[in-house]
Amino acid sequence: MKRLALILALLLAPLATQAVQPDEMLKDPGLEARARHISEGLRCLVCRNESIDDSDASLAHDLRVLVRQRLLAGDTDAQVVQYLVNRYGEFVLLKPTTGGANLILWSSGPVMLLFGLGLVGLYLRRRKGQGDAAAPLSAEDEARLAQILKE
Amino acid sequence: MITELGHFALILALAVALIQMVVPLVGAQKGWPGWMAVADPAATTQFILVAFSFGALMWAFVTDDFSLRLVVDNSHTLKPLLYKIAGTWGNHEGSMLLWVLILSLFGAMASVFGGNLPPRLRARVLAVQASIGVAFYIFILFTSNPFLRLAQPPLNGQGMNPLLQDPGLAFHPPFLYLGYVGLSMAFSFAVAALIEGRVDAAWARWVRPWTLAAWVFLTIGIALGSWWSYYVLGWGGFWFWDPVENASLMPWLFAAALLHSAIVVEKREALKSWTILLAILAFGFSLIGTFLVRSGVITSVHAFANDPRRGVFILVILGLFMGGALMLYAARAGAMEAKGVFSTVSRETALVLNNVLLAVSAFVVFIGTIWPLVAELAFNRKLSVGPPFFDLAFPPFLIALALIMPFGTLMPWKRGSLARTARPLLAGAVLALALGALAWAMQSGRSALGPVGLALGTWLVAGAAVDLMTRTGRGAVGNRLGRLMRLPRADWGRTTAHAGLGIAIFGICGVLAWQTEDIRIAKVGESFPVGAYTVTLNAVRKAPGPNYEATVADMTVTRAGATVAVLHPEKRFYPIAGMPTTNAAISRGVMRDIYLVVGDPQDNGGYAVRSYIKPFADWIWIGCLIMAAGGVLSLTDRRYRIAVGARRAATAQVAAE
Repeated sequence: MKRLALILALLLAPLATQAVQPDEMLKDPGLEARARHISEGLRCLVCRNESIDDSDASLAHDLRVLVRQRLLAGDTDAQVVQYLVNRYGEFVLLKPTTGGANLILWSSGPVMLLFGLGLVGLYLRRRKGQGDAAAPLSAEDEARLAQILKE
Repeated sequence: MITELGHFALILALAVALIQMVVPLVGAQKGWPGWMAVADPAATTQFILVAFSFGALMWAFVTDDFSLRLVVDNSHTLKPLLYKIAGTWGNHEGSMLLWVLILSLFGAMASVFGGNLPPRLRARVLAVQASIGVAFYIFILFTSNPFLRLAQPPLNGQGMNPLLQDPGLAFHPPFLYLGYVGLSMAFSFAVAALIEGRVDAAWARWVRPWTLAAWVFLTIGIALGSWWSYYVLGWGGFWFWDPVENASLMPWLFAAALLHSAIVVEKREALKSWTILLAILAFGFSLIGTFLVRSGVITSVHAFANDPRRGVFILVILGLFMGGALMLYAARAGAMEAKGVFSTVSRETALVLNNVLLAVSAFVVFIGTIWPLVAELAFNRKLSVGPPFFDLAFPPFLIALALIMPFGTLMPWKRGSLARTARPLLAGAVLALALGALAWAMQSGRSALGPVGLALGTWLVAGAAVDLMTRTGRGAVGNRLGRLMRLPRADWGRTTAHAGLGIAIFGICGVLAWQTEDIRIAKVGESFPVGAYTVTLNAVRKAPGPNYEATVADMTVTRAGATVAVLHPEKRFYPIAGMPTTNAAISRGVMRDIYLVVGDPQDNGGYAVRSYIKPFADWIWIGCLIMAAGGVLSLTDRRYRIAVGARRAATAQVAAE
């Protein structure tokens, strides 16, 4: 079911090409590697959750070419990404920024882990307390035990 | 006619489910055996009715009944039979019918195999199970009816999406649904136990096989989907952190947590209320997954049901069941008194840590999945959360889990000692670190991912081996081997599943870290190097298929002059859908896959060709299969089979009187 949905939507974009095309690639392998790395973090805006590096849509093709143009023009990786964010908004970033409300997103894992471990710690301490309290039998239990043993 | 009967059977199933929901529940409350006994025939009848309904729909697909709207939209006379059958569930309406079919199947199985359950508990379990059924029958009949007719049937259908016409994908949804819906049994047991106000070892012994089975099915379903995307999408990706995939990962993680915590309830009668909560959450996340996929609420999820009515309906179902169950939980969980006491260093604690890590990792996936929605609604920010986030946020928990896993399996119940547990594991740790270091030295300057994966994988497999060996005690090798073979299946299951996880982790890290990629324009007759191999594009030819036209490339892969493989990647065009697909050719190997893809012809002659060497790729799915096999082994453990035997003995006694 999940794949069905993924694919059906994937196909909303025409499948005329396949991700990175040979004719898009830069001659300089260093620059090309940087372009690939940047592309992996940029969203193909008309696709579902796909990076422009993987996408077959024509917009992804345009963006890949754009990234390479910026690199050839001498931009740093950060500048290329900023250029695209200025143009398309933060929607284009597959890796959300850490600013503002996104702090909640990024900190959720560690915070929940600490919270969970804290709960476990409390639970274990409580259990231990219970365990100790349970150790000496009350007089009533003692009497019952004696009676059970007699029987 | 058959279609109408199928439609009618579905409506009858709703009526039966309504009875099954109310009568046994009242009976259980009042202690009326007659009312409680209604649950069993109702559960079986419900299953037969839904099975008939599903069969009717399948019949419509197989016989190309184009007076049915669903068949017109999703089928075509030229489609191979397998995909006509699979087409039954390859769409929203049909897949929801499959959902309720499996739901009623589990209900019927609980009734048939539930002979040794206390009658009151059984009546309540079946009533809760029926209530889920009622909700989904209404959902199907009112928002997604598969049996709608067309006034003027066309001569032929619109065909099925060609990418879905694949054996891997044909069986992917049924397995996933068996998993999702299997968790409904755990949910029903949990809610029944809350109504009852009692949870004991017997309860856990009942819940665990259902959870384990659901988990096994989910594992296979997820693996099938990932295996399919690996060879179909044309560049060997196997996991995309897509919301739809996350929807299946979250229940998987919760099911894994649940089947571990249920062990603690079963063996030690501790963690009762936590286990109940997990059972509720596991099914809750199945429903959330259904909601995410069906409603299209997350912009990236363009599921096939982009109908807001359906989304709202599932949200209501989700709210009712989760809200109801959690309120019941809040009211009753206090009554679940724990018995087993354990110290801080013990197997119980290790399993608690396992649960924390699995639950937190599932929550991280959940938050990452819904964050775009939250950010847009609450903070007015339109943003994306993609693989780079999950790749950073999820693995730490998995790594921590893998690190503590061997300790946990060797730790004794109640009270253990870290030093004594660690001693037999020392050799495994040394081996893991040595292999990791060796890989690090050999790969010179690549990311640490590969070596870390190798070390973790080795650690888990070695840990599983040590786990088995320590259980054979001391003495002569022969004696120990004999004892090894006589170990309970649960022990074999546990170690197998844990080793499988190690193998899968190694496969994932290995292929991500060490893959070689080559993208180029190749002319016919041209050879080019890819890693240690040389690839030659010999010829490109046209070939007709049953319902498509293919362009096939003949390619040879050689290594040091010797031919390794002759591969035929294809590009297909499906005229009915007007859609091309890429069919990669893969030479599978234990150490590597060679993955070739042929693309479009270029203007100046030649073809776009992609070549990948993917080391250890198949270990991912082999690992998943081994994990699932471990689950099956554990499922056949004596203590579950004995439960069935005990029931037979009891009935025999009655007969003798």
